[in-house]
Amino acid sequence: MMKKLLTVLTVFLILGSGPLQATATLESFKFANDAEEQHFKDLISELRCLVCQNQSLADSDAELAHDLRAEVYEMVQDGKTDAEITEFLVARYGDFVLYKPPVKPSTYLLWFGPFALLILAGGLLLRSVRRQKQAASGAEISADDRKRIDELLGDRGNGEQKS
Amino acid sequence: MARYLVPLAIFVVLAAFLYRGLSLDPKLVPSPLVGKPMPTFTLTRLQDPDASISDADLKGKVSLLNVWATWCVSCRAEHETLLMLADTGKVDIYGLNYKDDRAAAQQWLRQLGNPYKANAFDDSGRVGIDWGVYGAPETFIIDSKGIIRHKHVGPLTATIINEEILPLVAELQTSP
Repeated sequence: MMKKLLTVLTVFLILGSGPLQATATLESFKFANDAEEQHFKDLISELRCLVCQNQSLADSDAELAHDLRAEVYEMVQDGKTDAEITEFLVARYGDFVLYKPPVKPSTYLLWFGPFALLILAGGLLLRSVRRQKQAASGAEISADDRKRIDELLGDRGNGEQKS
Repeated sequence: MARYLVPLAIFVVLAAFLYRGLSLDPKLVPSPLVGKPMPTFTLTRLQDPDASISDADLKGKVSLLNVWATWCVSCRAEHETLLMLADTGKVDIYGLNYKDDRAAAQQWLRQLGNPYKANAFDDSGRVGIDWGVYGAPETFIIDSKGIIRHKHVGPLTATIINEEILPLVAELQTSP
């Protein structure tokens, strides 16, 4: 009975605290509608806070994150596009603010490196499989050897068929 | 032979990268502002709320802009070094008092000494955002044309002053 009650309480706690925590750090920004609010939230969760680097602007409680959220909010209200807003931040803080780095020569290795590795690894695998196959099937046997094998096996083969 | 050499080569390359990573500071984010004209601003002066200071005041000579605040612990550690640098008289130090309390900041300068030629009072932190400030103290070196030539994040030390700041300042002063 006690155990059941505890379980129920725990579940309530988990379910109850999640959404509350997620909105707690957000200042009380006013939005015309839900879609606009969602847009704002999506935008700030794709931007990195520079103070606590493993948190997004949406999650961070750092002073700078507060200021930048306000800044982004104002730009959204002014009707700026996402591209304009990210450009504003990149111009000041660099590509570092983006969780999704742009594709450019200095990030080619980052973007295409894994695929290059995959192709390389695939090629190596294919080569070693082919080699093994060859070793297993394609062993060359000289005519003399073949003859001996036939002789040795031939006796037994015939003998075993039906004596 | 290749059977052993290839894994060994991979290991060596990986180890080299990881070893390099050990000595990198993730807090140091390269500033996109280096090599660009400094962001414009007009703010009140810390010591005189009725007077203003702008980016134009920093132009025409090599200057340092130091971002500081009284709530910033490492700024206190850095202050001694700034006084020492001001004493050399080799470069003008300007301050950007970032998201601070005016009275507290004035008190700080009275108590600890004032290495700054002038201080801009950035109450809201808006100018700080334009300059890409993310952690005081930060120090910018600006050439005579108003181009940002260097940014140092974190407290300045005597070593950094002597080995990085002063040589660059001297170089910028001789080749305008």
